[in-house]
Amino acid sequence: MSRSVSRRVLPGFGLTMGLTVFYLSLIVLIPLATLPARTLTMSWAAFRATITDPRVLASYQLSVTASLVAAAVNALFGFAVAWVLVRYSFPGRRIVDALIDLPFALPTAVAGIVLTTLYAPNGWLGAPLARYGIKVAFTPLGITVALIFIGMPFVVRTLQPVIEDLDPEVEEAAASLGAGRAAVLLRVVVPNLLPAWLTGFALAFARAVGEYGSVVFISGNMPMRTEISPLLIVTKLEQYDYAGATAIASVMLVVSFSLLLCINGLQSWSRRRVAY
Amino acid sequence: MRNIIRGIAFGIALTAMAGAVAAQTLLNVSYDPTRELYQDFNAAFVKYWKAKTGQTIQIRQSHGGSGGQARAVIDGLDADVITLALAYDVDAVAQAGLTAAAWQKRLPNNSAPYTSTIVFLVRKGNPKGIKDWGDLAKPGLQIITPNPKTSGGARWNYLAAWGYALRQPGGTEATARQFVADIYRKVPVLDSGARGATMTFVSRQIGDVLLAWENEAYLALGESPGQLEIVVPSISILAEPPVAIVDKVVDRKGTRAVAEAYLQYLYSPEGQEIAAKRHYRPRDEKVAARFSNAFAKVKLFTIDEAFGGWQKAQKTHFVDGGVFDQIYRPGTR
Repeated sequence: MSRSVSRRVLPGFGLTMGLTVFYLSLIVLIPLATLPARTLTMSWAAFRATITDPRVLASYQLSVTASLVAAAVNALFGFAVAWVLVRYSFPGRRIVDALIDLPFALPTAVAGIVLTTLYAPNGWLGAPLARYGIKVAFTPLGITVALIFIGMPFVVRTLQPVIEDLDPEVEEAAASLGAGRAAVLLRVVVPNLLPAWLTGFALAFARAVGEYGSVVFISGNMPMRTEISPLLIVTKLEQYDYAGATAIASVMLVVSFSLLLCINGLQSWSRRRVAY
Repeated sequence: MRNIIRGIAFGIALTAMAGAVAAQTLLNVSYDPTRELYQDFNAAFVKYWKAKTGQTIQIRQSHGGSGGQARAVIDGLDADVITLALAYDVDAVAQAGLTAAAWQKRLPNNSAPYTSTIVFLVRKGNPKGIKDWGDLAKPGLQIITPNPKTSGGARWNYLAAWGYALRQPGGTEATARQFVADIYRKVPVLDSGARGATMTFVSRQIGDVLLAWENEAYLALGESPGQLEIVVPSISILAEPPVAIVDKVVDRKGTRAVAEAYLQYLYSPEGQEIAAKRHYRPRDEKVAARFSNAFAKVKLFTIDEAFGGWQKAQKTHFVDGGVFDQIYRPGTR
């Protein structure tokens, strides 16, 4: 009997692959497949009218822009946080480390209410800012603040293990070969972190695009100005317009998926570049 | 992810519970502000039912936005009775085939055992001098009301304002539209629900006047004593939050008798008194007379008189592209 030559070293491929397919289908594919199924109950003209309504267009723009800005802010500050947590030891480090996960654990509605209270014109932060004419709550800025809050853990948690793996000796070697601090950072540290960094950015972005609970409280929900796409979906559902709701959802899904694909592409490109 | 697991576990627990005690439980699916009302009422009904039949029953409550609750029932939540904010939502349940199309005729008073109306909540001392709907047109005012597309209560607010404008001398559809558009231009924050709007007004101190359910206004008044005042306009809408049995569910679970008794008990003097104590206007004249000091006299018009019923009002004002959406269409500001 001729055994397959390409037999894998680890046993259980059939079982785990089967489980993977089953699990992905059950948790992701089947629920997502019902989306287009629901949308298909409407005519093409109705679908087009729904997804190109000026209010809906304004909401896409707001949702995607605010999510991108929030993910970018998180990428920047998340790097600093991860760096500090890995590279330096200081009293209370474990507590700070545990704090990072809080936005994961907190019900998003609570986060929304807390942020709104804080940034409302009579809030602790909102009142002093209002004196300088900066309005946060009930503006796109407030939405971004909420999205920064809920997206914060992603960048930190994806960067931490990579920074841990990044041997300080590599930086020392670079320095001893005459690289300045900026050169070490830009030519040694950043390229090594880039793939994980992009992953963190993508995760934070994906989370922000779909966020509803925390945003509705701080956004003010004004049509054309501070209405996010998930709110419009809920609005449609409230009118028993399932097809309309899934139409908007499908568009968001396509937008998010293509953006995530782009980021993934960037990521594998940067990974190939720094392969060593 | 954690949320999903918790949700599934909760769902399984709930299903198991429902199965184990199906015979003697009743599920009342209601809207947000009735929480306190039905807590009191359920306790009273359990006692009444025990005395009458010797059976011990357990009543579970579920609260949320009226539209969302109706959707949950349509999607399979095992509600024996629904007690929602507006007839439109019960109609949706009926259209899904879960209850009779003529549900509104099965109980007295349009199936609304208690009523409410829309009043104004203002800051202590009424600094902006708001006495009636007409004062809402004053320049520089900020008005708080939730989004009528997502909140049942907000739809009553909107229709009350429209009905007032229509009843003014020279009032036409056009002037009403102008008046309502004027109000929404003064709304700085459109919350998604009535509770959210109350919080915006009371805790965040935003706005000069809140349009609110009468019962919700009294609740807010009780929670922040000395800071707020209720202003009752000269005329307002008669809000009739309807109740109905979900035929498909009670027939399957065999709970029709107790579910019917439950709704009928809402009309009894005891039920009416509990409603009145929770600031819902009772239908029973004797109970109403006893609580006459608790409710300001106000001229009330019904949705059927002014708008030809919920289906029509919804279609004209709140569907996508309806009058409400037109207010916010770009270029009209």
